[in-house]
Amino acid sequence: MKAFLMLEDGSKFYGEPFGDFQNAIGEVVFSTSMTGYQEGLTDPSFFGQILVLTYPLIGNVGFNNFDYESNRISVKGLIIKELCDVPSNWAVKGNLDEFMKKFNIVGLKGVDTRALTLKIREGNVKRGIICVEEPTAEQLEKMKNYKIEKPVYKVSTKRPLFIDGKSGGKNIAVFDFGVKENMIRMLHNRGHNITIFPADTSAEEILEGNFDGVLLSNGPGDPKDNESIIENIKKLLNKKPIMGICMGHQLLALANGLDSFRLKFGHRGANQPVKDLEHNRVYITSQNHGYAICEPDENSNAVVTFRNVNDGTVEGLKYKDSPSFSVQFHPEACPGPMDTEYLFNDFERLMEGFANAKK
Amino acid sequence: MPRNKDIKKVLLIGSGPIVIGQAAEFDYAGTQALTTLKKEGLEVVLVNSNPATIMTDSEMADRVYLEPLSVDVLKKIIEIEKPDSILPTLGGQTGLNLAMELAESGFLKEKNVRLLGTNTEAIKKAEDREAFKETMEKIKEPIVEGTIVTHVDEALVFAEKVGYPVIVRPAYTLGGTGGGIADNPEQLHEICEGGLKASRVHQCLIEKCICGWKEIEFEAMRDSAGNCITICNMENVDPVGIHTGDSVVVAPVQTLRDKETQMLRTASLKIINELGIEGGCNVQFALHPDNMSYAVIEVNPRVSRSSALASKATGYPIARVATLVAIGYNLDEIKNAVTGSTYASFEPSLDYIICKFPRWPFDKFVSANRKLGTKMKATGEVMSIGDSFEAALLKSMRSLELNIFSSEVAFFGKMTKEQLKDRLSIQDDQRIFCVFAALRAGITPEEIYDITKIDIWFLKKFEVILKHEKKIKEEKLDCLTHDYMLEIKKLGFADKSIAEWCGVTEKEIRALREKLGIKPVFNMVDTCAGEFQAYSDYYYSTYQTQTEVRKTDKKTIVVLGSGPIRIGQGVEFDYCSVHCVWALKKLGYDAVIINNNPETVSTDFDTADRLYFEPLTNEDVLNVLEVEKPEGVFVQFGGQTAIKLAKTVYENGYKILGTSYDDINNAEDREEFDELLTKLDLARPKGKTVFTEAQALEAAEELTYPVLVRPSYVLGGQGMEICYNADDIKKYMSIINLNTQEHPILVDKYIMGKELEVDAICDGKNILIPGIMEHIERTGIHSGDSIAVYPADIAEDMKQKIVETTQKLAFGTKTIGLINIQYILKGKELYIIEVNPRSSRTVPYISKVTMLPMVQLAVRCSLGEDLASMGYGTGLHKPSEYYAVKVPVFSNEKIPDLEISLSPEMKSTGEVLGLSKSFPEALLKGLLASGIRLKDGGAILISVSDIYKQEIISTAQAFSDLGFELYATGGTAHVLNSNFIPTNVVGKLKDPEPNIESLFASEKVCLVINTPTRGHDSTRDGFKIRRLAIERGIPVLTAPDTANALAKALKLKKKDKDLTLVCLGDIK
Repeated sequence: MKAFLMLEDGSKFYGEPFGDFQNAIGEVVFSTSMTGYQEGLTDPSFFGQILVLTYPLIGNVGFNNFDYESNRISVKGLIIKELCDVPSNWAVKGNLDEFMKKFNIVGLKGVDTRALTLKIREGNVKRGIICVEEPTAEQLEKMKNYKIEKPVYKVSTKRPLFIDGKSGGKNIAVFDFGVKENMIRMLHNRGHNITIFPADTSAEEILEGNFDGVLLSNGPGDPKDNESIIENIKKLLNKKPIMGICMGHQLLALANGLDSFRLKFGHRGANQPVKDLEHNRVYITSQNHGYAICEPDENSNAVVTFRNVNDGTVEGLKYKDSPSFSVQFHPEACPGPMDTEYLFNDFERLMEGFANAKK
Repeated sequence: MPRNKDIKKVLLIGSGPIVIGQAAEFDYAGTQALTTLKKEGLEVVLVNSNPATIMTDSEMADRVYLEPLSVDVLKKIIEIEKPDSILPTLGGQTGLNLAMELAESGFLKEKNVRLLGTNTEAIKKAEDREAFKETMEKIKEPIVEGTIVTHVDEALVFAEKVGYPVIVRPAYTLGGTGGGIADNPEQLHEICEGGLKASRVHQCLIEKCICGWKEIEFEAMRDSAGNCITICNMENVDPVGIHTGDSVVVAPVQTLRDKETQMLRTASLKIINELGIEGGCNVQFALHPDNMSYAVIEVNPRVSRSSALASKATGYPIARVATLVAIGYNLDEIKNAVTGSTYASFEPSLDYIICKFPRWPFDKFVSANRKLGTKMKATGEVMSIGDSFEAALLKSMRSLELNIFSSEVAFFGKMTKEQLKDRLSIQDDQRIFCVFAALRAGITPEEIYDITKIDIWFLKKFEVILKHEKKIKEEKLDCLTHDYMLEIKKLGFADKSIAEWCGVTEKEIRALREKLGIKPVFNMVDTCAGEFQAYSDYYYSTYQTQTEVRKTDKKTIVVLGSGPIRIGQGVEFDYCSVHCVWALKKLGYDAVIINNNPETVSTDFDTADRLYFEPLTNEDVLNVLEVEKPEGVFVQFGGQTAIKLAKTVYENGYKILGTSYDDINNAEDREEFDELLTKLDLARPKGKTVFTEAQALEAAEELTYPVLVRPSYVLGGQGMEICYNADDIKKYMSIINLNTQEHPILVDKYIMGKELEVDAICDGKNILIPGIMEHIERTGIHSGDSIAVYPADIAEDMKQKIVETTQKLAFGTKTIGLINIQYILKGKELYIIEVNPRSSRTVPYISKVTMLPMVQLAVRCSLGEDLASMGYGTGLHKPSEYYAVKVPVFSNEKIPDLEISLSPEMKSTGEVLGLSKSFPEALLKGLLASGIRLKDGGAILISVSDIYKQEIISTAQAFSDLGFELYATGGTAHVLNSNFIPTNVVGKLKDPEPNIESLFASEKVCLVINTPTRGHDSTRDGFKIRRLAIERGIPVLTAPDTANALAKALKLKKKDKDLTLVCLGDIK
């Protein structure tokens, strides 16, 4: 049987299976990033999703030991046009097919990914099933009602992890909602001591630690699913300097009383322009989100610091009444441009300022 | 920031004639800039000497000057027009250098003219080797170990230190002129000396050779607020060591991880930020294949060939955005014209792969050295779009029009494994095909990588192509099931190759394919990989599931473009194609264009209503026609490329607009044409049609020597030569038989006389002749290489005869639209040498000087309108009060070992125009614009063959009177001195010093007049003298007529600053 992707409206996109042959249900999303599929596949924010890559040649550089963003593949399935069997790069450890097999993930190749992308772009269909064998009625039913439930807890670390930095480094608590490793790497490269906490860690536990700042990480799903986390964040406001990224940005906003909404088909790619409204500069960013924060009203304590140049949506916020800021995009890149790495400097300055104020 | 309101009048400097390293891409960039500036309501002045361009149309700018591109001319124009700004970064290296000179001289400051976009400081930092090195060191960007030298000795010392091989790169040159790789001190001495000479600032960079690293390019853009983006990254299939213009290039990068890509992207942004670029910029890197070390190779602070390619590859109009940035806009204030909803501050995402393949002139320059290195040799390029690398590569190969439809080139098929292995280390234009042959012969990708350093990824893809090639060859039709056919079509195999391997016709394969229900669809190039709805109507074919072509209710007409720029088919045909499109749009049709040249205006997605970026082959064109179902197809504007497709178009039931297929064919077919001439009672040089050497010899005997031999279906005089004896014929036939020869060879009696050229428009009832042109050089020199003068200086009765004959021929050939005719006038006798039922090289320039929209009129005739009712009259158009002298421009210095003497085989790459009410001034302008500039009181070396010794006397006298010091070799000197023209005798190359070589070394010589006794023979003295002069940058004239014309022009004793400048709009 030829494998295919069936969308919730019944439309089918045919291809050939690779990786681990199994049917897989998920939310179907596309990313326009032309490089960095290994980083993408291992980005926990894709949890529960079937990822379509618009670039047609995938697997050219195989996989390697350097480009993991977590220790597993988070996507439910991968859909591509052409799979490269014989990768070429000095860092190669194996080909993409082997990589997918290693993590028991199904892939579908040979698909007209452009036609599929144009369909997803309409925003009417969200769910789909990759079928390597005829789907059962049960599977189809499951697909039609599929929702990614509380995914943050599923991808978060189960116990705290400590990474030692250099002397003089800050002590940073990272709330792991599905953190990409490069956030950790970048903070660590700056000499900081990092403690990674499970998503359900209480505010009290964080406050007990002698932390200079809290990083709210990226992560999958609908931010509103995480009521208890939001409550915890509320308790951290004004107690610790906070930086939020992607899911972390959304949760910080919800904790500050703002609202979130689902985008038509999300922002996923390495070419999203955002404008830094405070410095009047445009940066190209890496993005991966299906939800966004609603425009704060004029009485809000929130100030919009970044906007998406394409659709004007909120991409960054800071707060008048607490030492915290957040961005919807990924300053840690991987994959994608490193233009906004400077935000980690901002975070350091924020922590420094908070410490000095307390003295 | 919004537009700077202080800017009101902008001067744009064009890039001049097409030469190797600077081709049609600057017509594309300049045209986009002009349109953008005008749309912004600014007054625009344009200066460019190249008449074959769209940008020099009088409607393109408020004031258009077709004048020599020199500092003094520009100063004069600035004084007349008083622009407040100059946009220097859109006219290639030529425009940039001129603007820099104007700025450095203080003239711009004095006249209060500002340079828009990237400032002079930034340009200097990018272009001056020392300043660049310092800048890179400051921001800790790695560069290749190197040193700047101004003397050869310094280079030798450095090379001794870092070890050979080293690369020599001269500062401020185009296409890397004068550079090269030296393996030893002797080579370094030679290359470095040439490089210093070629450099405007007499500087060369000597670098440690990093050949074999991956060559990666980024096209970046920065605005004045400091916003930076990269538009496209590209990977050269050929690693560092071959000029990127001579490399097969893919976009986006294929063998880089995200971290490597981002590392280089970040470096690009850091560099353009540090330099302070405001506009487009190209950054080239070398990336180590085995780790993450890299080096910045070069930065071009302007739009370039690569930026044109990047624009077409992504749909992002770099020149337009660079122009808007230059006048003050920020990137987030400029709309993305493709999506209409996003902004220019956005990085295109591709969901296809681009392949660029260079087009080299070696099919014409058969005896030239084909070796590739850091000097660019390609005259043009093709681009193709596919959703697999294999498809993109195969599409690009068949776009070259070299009769290559697959990876197989017969030449290599006969070589043994060992021979192929040796051949692999030779970097030349055929290496890709050699690599394919090597793989076919069983040499492993790993072995090939070791020799060529072409990344294994590409080699493995080549293997995929070969695997299928083998399967089809073995299993033939049996393997062509639905699924397999779909698979190989997705990989880009041409029906023609499949047919060949299966032993059937292309038609049969097409029929089979259609029966299996396998047809291509057309996907859109939308800058955003489908993320947003786009409105670009820019398509490529692919064997996927869903077509995206958006048609309207309007009737559609398809225009076939002219493919890559090559010798004999230059930007003129793109000019005609674009005008055809514009005329059709104006008449209310949907104009569709098919073309594959990324450098041109015709492939701007804004030009036609729908653009198909496809190979111009039977199969690919038919695919488009099937989707478009046009009312008709124009084949007469795309040069010989389009004409060759007429058969397919016609046989598949599509209507050819204008001259019908049968009539085109009759004009091209020798026998039919002879019959017609007999019927019309018109004379042509007697001739024969032959296939074999024996027949050719027999024909020549009968016609009596000298004879002119050439293949039928000529393109730019391909393989045309004058043969004086049987040996010449034998040599010619042996060369011609190297290539596949489907068509016969023509042998004509050679008649010496005045050559005339006419372009005419015909509607079947009347003709309109815009003007008659006369060639300065006598017959025997290709019309494209001759200086052409309009209007011709001929007696009234002869004019009448020409009009009558032209009319007879136009009616006789049933021409509808354009026709080009070349005549020989000998005494009162008029001979016809060539009739082309299509637009020609001279259409753009004659359109400009006569103000007749020739292409538009031809289009209207072809659509049934009466010429008489168009308001431009019929018969011979009244002559303009201006003389227009078209002077050819050569790229001789770019092709070592090329025989440069003029012959029936075309060699020029471009042309310039001189315009004036006085003939000598028009001539002078043309010659100056073509780069022939003589130092006052300089020396002229004359060495002519015996047949020209008498007629050179008066020319020599004229030069002597003008104060030039004459030198001549023995025989010539003797003749001149005995005619009382003081001439120094100089020894030949073999003679002891002082000889020609030492004379050249003295740098006194500013011109060489040397007529060939026998061309092509690189061992002969004359050939060596000519090459030696060219390598030293000394102009060489090989036809006495050209020398005579030059003397005439110089008699005016005018310099650039004394010229009377003409604004095109003022011609009436």
